[in-house]
Amino acid sequence: MKRLVVAAALAILATVPVWVGGTYYVNIASQILIAAIFALGINVLVGYAGLVTLGHAGLFGIAAYAGARLMNNGHGHVAVAAGALAVTLLGAAVFAALALRGTGLGFVMITVALGQIVWGVAYRWISLTNGDNGISVSGRPSPLGLSLASAASFYWATFVIFLLAVASMAIFVASPFGASVLGTRDQPRRMNALGYHVWMIRFLAFLFSGFWSGVAGLLYLYYNQFVGPQVVALTASAEALLMVISGGAATLLGPIAGAALVVIMKNVASAYIERWNFVLGAIFVAIVVFMPEGLVPGTARRWRGAMAALRQRAAPPVAAR
Amino acid sequence: MTALAVRDLDKSFGGLCVTAGVSLSVEPGERRLIIGPNGAGKTTLFNLITGELRPDRGAIMLFGRDITRVPSHRRFHLGIARTYQIITLFQGETLLRNVMLSLLGLSRLRWNPFVRLARQGALIARARETLARVALDHLAERPLAQTSYGERRRVEIAMALAQNPRILLLDEPFAGLAIDERRDVLRLVTGIPRDVTIVMIEHDMDVALDFAERITVLHFGEVVVEGTRGEVVAHPRTKEIYLGA
Repeated sequence: MKRLVVAAALAILATVPVWVGGTYYVNIASQILIAAIFALGINVLVGYAGLVTLGHAGLFGIAAYAGARLMNNGHGHVAVAAGALAVTLLGAAVFAALALRGTGLGFVMITVALGQIVWGVAYRWISLTNGDNGISVSGRPSPLGLSLASAASFYWATFVIFLLAVASMAIFVASPFGASVLGTRDQPRRMNALGYHVWMIRFLAFLFSGFWSGVAGLLYLYYNQFVGPQVVALTASAEALLMVISGGAATLLGPIAGAALVVIMKNVASAYIERWNFVLGAIFVAIVVFMPEGLVPGTARRWRGAMAALRQRAAPPVAAR
Repeated sequence: MTALAVRDLDKSFGGLCVTAGVSLSVEPGERRLIIGPNGAGKTTLFNLITGELRPDRGAIMLFGRDITRVPSHRRFHLGIARTYQIITLFQGETLLRNVMLSLLGLSRLRWNPFVRLARQGALIARARETLARVALDHLAERPLAQTSYGERRRVEIAMALAQNPRILLLDEPFAGLAIDERRDVLRLVTGIPRDVTIVMIEHDMDVALDFAERITVLHFGEVVVEGTRGEVVAHPRTKEIYLGA
């Protein structure tokens, strides 16, 4: 049953460009996947490691800016991707080394500050980032000779990377290292007393999180052919954090559902409702009120409740007969 | 060789001196009891030994090795294990997974992000054996949140034993337990083989006195009395501190 559902979902997602009708919607699907990869990356820290970050747009942006600079310096796409991800990992290491000096609110505030530094660089260091005008690039890569110029082919390439991200999350969370990360979230003191190096475990989780944020940033650059300072704004970090929390932190599907929700609201609902931000806010409030654990776990809980109620009605208790 | 030696240990929080020139030595295989009124610095002493707190001054030796500068988590690889006064376990996980986390902590496997933890047959089998040592193997699959306080205390001791310690620090293992649970835990602790040195903090003198061979009395961060059970019980300072006489 579960496998059937997964296979059906994969089939539906893989054939989006065929049935969704229109380049516009294919592009939105690509945006959802990119946001989902980013949210999955953030979820490693927020959900699994229990470290709330409000600076990850900085890492997303570092990848996009580094990729843009490398591309415009005439490097090939392999070098661009490898270079951008290497720079992002370095950035993540710096972020982690500084932010992990604090815990709880201290950690959050340091990530905010770091994200704002990146924003400041993007906005003001004009010789590096071209400031407010951002950097335009031209051309998407053609892995294995397949052009990604069309909306559909870009979607499929993004879909493959998205699947890799999901698979890496599933493997990570079921692994002994995943158990180590979850343990440091739940009982850091006990984990230390069991011989775990709590700081190092969190540092590595941060790098893993930063890696996928960087992949998402790079895909964003390829998708838009442009990167500007709004990408690294505090609101971008907050939006991504909301994706994770609204969908369900520390779950595999939650960040994906949250990313879909936010991107759809941003693109589709904004075409009909001018105050779409208001609607998005109302939805978040509704989620917090009715499903504080997030959309995916909340729906699962309500579904189980409804099924149990149905079964009870179908077969009344023995005493009632 | 001394199992655990503490020399001239000082620790202050702001102006409050919680450990003042404490020296202590525990022989291998010994059962040492540390008593003292609230605020005497007993738990702080444990935290200094395990490295969860840094001393202002002094040295800590474990089997002749100076571990004063060894990072806290590394000390648990050198043969220290501990329990906490307030049970500190993984509430949402099963008993089995709690013990598996303990075994994993000393294994290189803990860094492995590729294999499935649920497929680590050898580790799971060892975790079950460890649970059997505290007679909880029949509850292996039960979430910790659904067990009694006494059972949790036994899980915590099982996790400490899973670390295969040379020295075991028990911080008030009988606190908050019902009488029969106390008996279970006492039997368990008494049954730990002599190659494990045990240092225990305890308020409950009735249970603890039977267990201890030597007793250290702490008061306002200082060692006031130390000696065999008989010596300490008969000492006037002990009576003064405990009876306020």
